[in-house]
Amino acid sequence: MSRLEILKTYKIYIGGLFPRTESGRYYVPKNGKNEPLGNLCLCSRKDVRNAVSAARKATGWAERTAFNRGQILYRIAEMLEGRKAQFVEELKMQGTNQKAAEAEVNLAVDRIVYYAGWCDKYQQILGSVNPVASSHFNFSVPEAMGVVGVVCPEEYSLIGLVSLVLPVICGGNTCVVLASESQPLCAVTFAEVLHASDLPGGVINILTGSKKEMVAPIASHMDVNAIIYGDDDEVQFKALSIAAADNVKRVSRLSKDWTKPENQDLYQIAETLEIKTTWHPIENIGGASSGY
Amino acid sequence: MAKKNKETTGLKWSYDPALEGVDHIKLREKYDLFINGKWVKPSSGKYFKTFNPADESFLAEVANADAKDVDKAVKAAREAYDNVWSKTSPSERAKYIYRIARLMQERAREFAVIETLDAGKTIRESRDVDVPLACNHFFYYAGWADKLDYAFPNRKVSPLGVAGQIIPWNFPLLMAAWKIAPALATGNTVVLKPAETTPLTALKLAEIIEESGLPAGVVNIVTGYGDTGAAIVNHTDVNKVAFTGSTGVGKMIQKSLAGTNKKLTLELGGKSANIIFEDAPIDQAIEGIINGIFFNQGHVCCAGSRLFVQESVADLVVRKLKDRMGSLIVGNPLDKNTDIGAINSKEQLATILKYINIGKEEGAEMFQLACDLPDKGYYCPPTLFTNVAQSSIIAQEEIFGPVLTIQTFRTVDEVIQKANNSPFGLAAGVWTDKGSRIFNLTTKLKAGVVWANTYNKFDPSSPFGGYKESGFGREGGLHGLSAYVKLS
Amino acid sequence: MSSDNSKIQNIINDCPTIDKVGAEERVARFQTRSIKGESKLMGLKMTLNMIDLTTLEGKDTQGKVKQMCYKAEHLHDAIPGLPTVAAVCVYPSMVKVAKNALKHTDIKVASVATAFPGGQSPLAVKIADTKFAVDQGADEVDMVISRGKFMEGSYAYVFDEIAAIKDACGNARLKVILETGELATLDDVRLASDLAIHAGADFIKTSTGKIQPAATMPVTLTMLMAIKDHYDKTGIMIGMKPAGGISTSKLALHYLVMVNEVLGEKWLSNEWFRFGASSLANDVLMQIAKAVNGPYQSADYFSID
Repeated sequence: MSRLEILKTYKIYIGGLFPRTESGRYYVPKNGKNEPLGNLCLCSRKDVRNAVSAARKATGWAERTAFNRGQILYRIAEMLEGRKAQFVEELKMQGTNQKAAEAEVNLAVDRIVYYAGWCDKYQQILGSVNPVASSHFNFSVPEAMGVVGVVCPEEYSLIGLVSLVLPVICGGNTCVVLASESQPLCAVTFAEVLHASDLPGGVINILTGSKKEMVAPIASHMDVNAIIYGDDDEVQFKALSIAAADNVKRVSRLSKDWTKPENQDLYQIAETLEIKTTWHPIENIGGASSGY
Repeated sequence: MAKKNKETTGLKWSYDPALEGVDHIKLREKYDLFINGKWVKPSSGKYFKTFNPADESFLAEVANADAKDVDKAVKAAREAYDNVWSKTSPSERAKYIYRIARLMQERAREFAVIETLDAGKTIRESRDVDVPLACNHFFYYAGWADKLDYAFPNRKVSPLGVAGQIIPWNFPLLMAAWKIAPALATGNTVVLKPAETTPLTALKLAEIIEESGLPAGVVNIVTGYGDTGAAIVNHTDVNKVAFTGSTGVGKMIQKSLAGTNKKLTLELGGKSANIIFEDAPIDQAIEGIINGIFFNQGHVCCAGSRLFVQESVADLVVRKLKDRMGSLIVGNPLDKNTDIGAINSKEQLATILKYINIGKEEGAEMFQLACDLPDKGYYCPPTLFTNVAQSSIIAQEEIFGPVLTIQTFRTVDEVIQKANNSPFGLAAGVWTDKGSRIFNLTTKLKAGVVWANTYNKFDPSSPFGGYKESGFGREGGLHGLSAYVKLS
Repeated sequence: MSSDNSKIQNIINDCPTIDKVGAEERVARFQTRSIKGESKLMGLKMTLNMIDLTTLEGKDTQGKVKQMCYKAEHLHDAIPGLPTVAAVCVYPSMVKVAKNALKHTDIKVASVATAFPGGQSPLAVKIADTKFAVDQGADEVDMVISRGKFMEGSYAYVFDEIAAIKDACGNARLKVILETGELATLDDVRLASDLAIHAGADFIKTSTGKIQPAATMPVTLTMLMAIKDHYDKTGIMIGMKPAGGISTSKLALHYLVMVNEVLGEKWLSNEWFRFGASSLANDVLMQIAKAVNGPYQSADYFSID
């Protein structure tokens, strides 16, 4: 006797919870064979608003020790490793072949491990002690920008998301992620991985639905500090960049072949870091005394 | 206990004028555009006048570049980039920049005097701060030219191409140095536009660049107004735009570059918090407050214009501050003893006075130094407002003048919250004797520069730039290189 | 007046912390003041009138002291209208000689006392030393504090000792030498200043001249701030005397600028400000001669006494 399969409900991820969209709407993306992938939340600007406010509440993430952030990122990799099969299945449903799907999931795990390792190291490479010509100790350290909007590429829905999001949270930012609109399954399942790891709620928030609808509210949102744009829609990117200027958001456009192992690096972390420079007087530094 | 003793009157001792000489200063009647190593007339034939804000006297006529002139300058920069500068070895590049630094040092006094004449800033500051820092900036970045591979581990570093640079009127020469030095060191060529009220030191710098033998077209200086700047920003053959100025204009530039591949850095406005705790070295903090808000007549993007004083010492600090203001000398910027010079322009003075009126209307309590101001020229006495709330307009908007707002606070968390409660994030000051508290604050303040137990310090090796609406990108130090390179 | 613990504790609590680099920056600003023309001439004359002309050597003799006293009155008769110095400063054994030499003038006689310069003697000896100097006719007494006790943290001892010497001074004005060259930090200079002021000092003074560094501008600024804070709180004026190491007119003018801008014109008289110096006078005289006559001057034309 055959058993009735339990179908998964794909919800969005905001503030560590899995709500449905406030709009109550859904959409049904289809794969290349015109098979429906599922009922996905068609998020609205209100979900963007909720996600941004959840991300803002979670900015205490930056104040955790770098070591702790590294541990949590590594934990995400562990959780993903344990659920590889599910991701492979979803990627296949979305149209990727078995081999490519396995490679993509493996690389995603490895990439998370890669950025986990950076959590307590980028500060030493990107920071500096500055030899000022006065009696002051002066140093520069990288700090998180704050809340970052991440627009994922349509293709490679898992590795694309991981490649754009991990450097952002590695640097202590929190983010609102607009998942691949056409291939959203892995994004939602990845949220479940995050949920099972020790990542505090709100650090990563993942929305599904129409980018056309969501990019504008995120680009103009006055409480978003930066945007990483990973898609390839020129018109959308330009509109986003114009709206972003209203609060001088930092906008980075990153389009690389994320399936290549080498497309991960320190400088991508730097895209969402600010440099803060601190000065303090030093008593009795040679030559700087005013002795008459 | 000793009784109040008999007070005697000492001698009233005021300082005679000590005017810096201007005899050795050579200014042309008329300045053309510096394009492709030559002085060329503006295509429109139009010139504008630049005045001394200290006495409204005429200084020189300066060419007004239009889009055609800008195009000429960008073309020259492009050709110089393609044919000469990108083929010049990094160590040779370094030597040109060193040479510029040395030539500037040799003519330091001349630069200082012209800066004071054109900008209204005191000779003490242009002599001791602006000009040496500008020279040192060239000297610092010169050395980077052949060491860039060490600045970005694991990456190949290449220049961007032609950099369009627009600078403000508050530190005319220094900002030119901040822009040009790193651009050249990283192998870019430059089209720079100084502010219309303060073009002269940039043009003097052009003379030095000419004298240095830097290949023609590597640095081009075009003078003009906002439309000249817009022509640079929008020129299709510019690869990089660097702007220092108001947040309003910065946003316009960011919008106009949207969707292009031009790299952008912005150094914009601020409303920086200067925070005094009860355990601070109070007398030095007073100096820090004075230096924070009255340095350069308050025309400083990182001015410590919002003072936060812990309530337990608020009365003491305000009394000492008023007292200290009494020894500030306001007047002719060319006098070596002047502490506060002229406001840069009539327009800026009007803006400042507008805010002072708003402050009064908002019910804040005003204290102004009683001093005689010169009859001619644009002056504003040092001003402070107490009884100010976070919601007062004068505590929110950038005034860009010698106007300080004072608020009190009770706890560390409260003051962090108030300090960060601003769209800006350029700088902050923290005064306390407790090391662990300093680091708590320096970590939590959303500002690109935090001065702890000091204020308004600058150095070529120290990165400068803001968070949030104060702009993005850093100038100075290793981090200042990023603005002018691509990594591969 | 003697201390109790709470009194000393209050002095310590009220004593502000000082950032040395910030203090040096303020000093650098005084040093950029450009004093020209009439204001320079006035400053130079003020300087002369504020000098405590000093000889404090083991080999001091009556002859040496008499000659110095003559110089104190007749700084440089070639230029008419010059002031005299404020005082001469000598060891107790020379007070009578100086007093006699100067009895027809307004020039004060100051005497160091309290086992100057080390101060390492019992209080009784110091009191006797002080009383001797006063009995000999000293108008002013320059005492040294017990730096060792200060270093040990025995602030009450330091306070009480100053108070006891003040008692012993009678009508003579008391200058308290902190010997700042031996106090490690500006914070200590400030605390010592506050202790001295509260214990009854009429003047606070930087140095004996026997220890390097002697007076410096940051140290003097710190002491001036202590005086200012005390005045703002109580309305009581305290005098200031930097001593040692001030030997050029330019530096003296910078000190005056500092006094003028920190304390104000009230302190610009020798009642409240003194320079402890031996060679400063001639440099000032040469500058005045230059200002009056034109040419740069030679030391050969100015008497050494």
